[in-house]
Amino acid sequence: MTNGWVDIKNTDMMLIMGGNPAENHPCGFKWAIEAKRTRNAKMIVVDPRFTRTAATSDLFCQIRAGADIAFLGGVIRYAIENNRIAHEYLANYTNAAFIVKEGFKLPEDGLYSGFDSATQTYDRSSWNYEEGNDTGGEAPAHETAHTSASTAASTGAQKSAGTTLGQGATVPAPLPPLPAKVAYDLTLQHPRCVFQLLKQQYSRYTPEMVERITGVPRDQFLKAADTFTSIRKDGDMKKVATILYAVGWTQHSFGTQIIRTAAMLQLLLGNVGRAGGGVNALRGHSNIQGATDMGGVFDTLPGYLKVPNPTDVDLAAWLKRITPTASKPAPWDSFNYYSNTPKFAISYLKTLFGDAATKENGFAFDYMPKVDRNYSWTQIWDNMYRGSVKGMLAFGMNGVAIGPDSQKNIDALKKADFLVVGEIYADETSEFWKSPGITTEEMKTIKTTVYRLACAGFAEKDGSMTNSARWLQWKNVAVPPPGECRLDQDIVAQIFLKVRDLYQKEGGKFPDPILNLTWPYVNAQHPALADLAKEMNGKALADLTDPKTQVTIKKGQQLPGFAWLKDDGTTACGIWIYAGCWTDGNNMSRRGTEDPSGQGIYQNWAWSWPANRRVLYNRASCDTAGKPWDATRKQVWWNESAQSWVGNDVPDFKPDSNPKDHMGPFIMNPEGIGRIFAPLAAFADGPFPEFYEPIESPVQNALHPNQQNNPVVKKLKTAADKYSTLGDGFNVICTTYRLTEHYHYWTKNNEMNVQLIPEAFIEIPVELAADLGIKGNDKVKVTSARSYYIAKAFVTKRIKPMTIDGKKVYQIGIPIHQGFRGIQEDEDKNARTLLNRLTPTVVDPNAYTPEFKGFMVKVEKA
Amino acid sequence: MSQATLSIRRISGHAGAAPGEDVERDYQVCKLIDTTTCIGCKACEVACLEWNGYSFTDTVFDNSYQTMPQTAWNYWNLIKFNEHERDDGSITLLMRKDQCMHCADPGCLAACPADAAIVQYTNGIVDFQQQNCIGCGYCVSGCPFDIPKFNPTTKKMFKCTLCVDRVSEGLEPACIKSCPTGCLHFGSKDDMKDLAETRAKQLRENFGIEKAGVYDPAGVGGTGVIYVLHDVTNPEAYGGLPKDPHIPWIVRFWKGPAKWIGNLAMLGGILGVTLHYLRYGPKEVHEHDEDAKNGNGGQP
Repeated sequence: MTNGWVDIKNTDMMLIMGGNPAENHPCGFKWAIEAKRTRNAKMIVVDPRFTRTAATSDLFCQIRAGADIAFLGGVIRYAIENNRIAHEYLANYTNAAFIVKEGFKLPEDGLYSGFDSATQTYDRSSWNYEEGNDTGGEAPAHETAHTSASTAASTGAQKSAGTTLGQGATVPAPLPPLPAKVAYDLTLQHPRCVFQLLKQQYSRYTPEMVERITGVPRDQFLKAADTFTSIRKDGDMKKVATILYAVGWTQHSFGTQIIRTAAMLQLLLGNVGRAGGGVNALRGHSNIQGATDMGGVFDTLPGYLKVPNPTDVDLAAWLKRITPTASKPAPWDSFNYYSNTPKFAISYLKTLFGDAATKENGFAFDYMPKVDRNYSWTQIWDNMYRGSVKGMLAFGMNGVAIGPDSQKNIDALKKADFLVVGEIYADETSEFWKSPGITTEEMKTIKTTVYRLACAGFAEKDGSMTNSARWLQWKNVAVPPPGECRLDQDIVAQIFLKVRDLYQKEGGKFPDPILNLTWPYVNAQHPALADLAKEMNGKALADLTDPKTQVTIKKGQQLPGFAWLKDDGTTACGIWIYAGCWTDGNNMSRRGTEDPSGQGIYQNWAWSWPANRRVLYNRASCDTAGKPWDATRKQVWWNESAQSWVGNDVPDFKPDSNPKDHMGPFIMNPEGIGRIFAPLAAFADGPFPEFYEPIESPVQNALHPNQQNNPVVKKLKTAADKYSTLGDGFNVICTTYRLTEHYHYWTKNNEMNVQLIPEAFIEIPVELAADLGIKGNDKVKVTSARSYYIAKAFVTKRIKPMTIDGKKVYQIGIPIHQGFRGIQEDEDKNARTLLNRLTPTVVDPNAYTPEFKGFMVKVEKA
Repeated sequence: MSQATLSIRRISGHAGAAPGEDVERDYQVCKLIDTTTCIGCKACEVACLEWNGYSFTDTVFDNSYQTMPQTAWNYWNLIKFNEHERDDGSITLLMRKDQCMHCADPGCLAACPADAAIVQYTNGIVDFQQQNCIGCGYCVSGCPFDIPKFNPTTKKMFKCTLCVDRVSEGLEPACIKSCPTGCLHFGSKDDMKDLAETRAKQLRENFGIEKAGVYDPAGVGGTGVIYVLHDVTNPEAYGGLPKDPHIPWIVRFWKGPAKWIGNLAMLGGILGVTLHYLRYGPKEVHEHDEDAKNGNGGQP
């Protein structure tokens, strides 16, 4: 979330799409209700099904699963056409005025400039700004609005030179840098300025096109677009709209780009950085934000530092690649906070390797693994299926049930040598060999050794959880783990110590990183989470003095925040964004309920990254002079007499930057502004989002029939990876979701939850059920190109038949929660199939999230 | 239950004054359920079970998110889910928390023949006293909301107590405490009525929900549980909430006129016996008869 849960109460308008907070975040949803009750805020819900969230909304649109970019693109077009945009914000706080290089081409035919069809990748060098000055609103004489396409052929033909590595993997050649001095046009009239390109890009997303693609009738779409953008009627900046989303947006082969579209819309309307605004990811688990922050994805380190790759021959090369340089219009200022990257990176290396990390050895940079290819979730399973991954340690998740393509994952585990599962219940992963369909004869042939370790549940551990609002909240142990259950961290620590012993005794190819890894915990076998939290916060490794304030920190003392980090090896910090969470004491356990501004900031409750600020980019809540857009929701402001930014929240800005200096509020971007156009390497599939069909879809892409899917998305190639194609009989769209009554694959073991929703079901529109002769509670079989799923029919009026590009299409929905282990399953009261047997292995090219939403199936009576 | 801190207004099947009925309480308690902000999360269902010590019930999926078709003797709080087509043809999902309404004029109490099996406290809570319940089930026929349920094992009737044990200690009912969106409120009837009317007005004026209103049916003298409904003209759409609930005429007749007719008949009988006595005097017992009575068979 750019903002936070409580902050939702400050909003005037909510767009809830790709998420179902009433069911999946019921406690957080109270703030959406609060906004309705206290501010008369309006709520628009766009979803493939009429959900329990929709039941509290003011306007509901039923959308085809996966058509979100078309819908949002249509809203962008509507906002521009009807002049419902935040002009001052747009020109000064976004790159709308920046001029894009000649040679960049928009995807009228479905492809941006630079596409290489052989490798299915883009050479992104043409996705860049033009170097120059203020063009003063005058377009060069030879330009017209459409010439940007004409020069594309030359760049498109350019082959992307890459470094070829082992196993056929490549690391793309380095891209040219962003220009230090960007050409711009504050009148936003230049035909190649970002605003004009944006306008041109979404001019194709007319209400008629939106209806054809999304299935949302034109008048309904227009009502939604009008309602949402009404907050910017007549250019008034007082009102604020928020967008709330969850995995209904991320789980697509273009998921990142859906979220991008939302961010662009919010920048266009001037809603980012403001109380009651922002782009807000609602996390589905209590600590998913924490997992992401800690480097949960293979290509990021803790604090979103980029993992080294084989082109990083030494520390300097790595730091050069990952540290951006400022790129902005000459008269403007850019903080470019990521210019501090070397301080974050070196402090991280010092945490890992302590005294073994010296200036002379590049702070032990060579100990770091270099990521040479994609090691994301689906790749791990693919590699196991192909036989190159021989074993797995699975903690805190049920990999077989999570999917996608559960059957492939089960087949992969059959080939593994060993599997270690740390869980509190016997789950489908640890019992993959008992999966329905495996005969006793086949069981005998499965040689995988399974170690099931009884772990502790969340209430049996202390530690912090980072919620969607980026709050790190410390919790205490409620009860000790029962019986011989062990804490996860103890198990991991003890495995590590054994491995280190082996390296010590037997040596190995490269023992140094293991032997030199710091292990400074009081009890090595049982590291306390408090010790780990302190390590993450970081400490001084020498006496440090702030030259400005003369404040001194002694060697060994906890760091007050990331501003103290150094790139000379005198500080250690496990994750720079968490610096400040454990200073003199544990700030995460704070429970102060003071809220003087009444905005729900709660500065003394727990601790929020970064630097305990609650709304990110809050400088943008003020106009260019530093005065809040809305005097009733003052977050931060420029205090002229103190020559400083002050406020109710911690200013997310350089505190002494005078508004006259025109420093951009988006300090984490090298431009200092919000990116409507995302240049160069930001995204794999385009600097603007473009609508593509899901990998499996019922129709041709109405925008460009020759470019059906996201061009950089690759299907996997094993025998298990089958995909439906247009016209092959899989004619019903299927989407998956969670229920408020259950928590993932866990609560099927809990009686209280099971009684609320006892059985697996499939939501089927009344009309489809009538076509197939299916009545409520009948057993239904749903089949995809991969496998089948059986459950009872929930015949409902809440999913209506849709007309997609003139074709009648049905959608069905299936909750994920059941499987072949659980109270009902063990009593044979459920069909014992895993939903994710149906889902395809295909991922978003930026975040590697599988496309769980919107795939094609057949439905029949079982 | 906790009668020490509660004063009783009415008692079922009881002649004479209710103990403590002259004690005045400042206010009646009331639960407000705003169905327009209910998200059907069922937290109230679970809280109700946990507070009242009931555990797992074997349920069966029945083409709905609803946990079971209706409340049960050990499941007093149930969200009713109803897919509803609006006038404009659009679909909505109505979710209403169903439980005892704690009527000001409780039909169950009126129908109950067992002395003090049902009491109404002066704060408005209608509570079953299982130790006095004879399991006749007459309360079912008296209730227009189909709430009292029979436990076949103990042969007693059960229903929501409005957490009388919590309320008498100054706490809100368990369901109220568990509600995440604040769609449930608890307080005095006057305050809840105000809050409900204010909310209904807000829905009409700011959200264009023209038929929004408050459900507090007069037929049962008003209720200790009131609803804000999107469409107060159609409460039936919310899982069979009766539009104009009242105590069935048979119960009224039985406990009203029928009772007096019965009393009159009884009085008539006594009168007849007295007149007979006065006219004919006491019945004389002959020796022969006495012997027969003693079973001597007339033998000497």
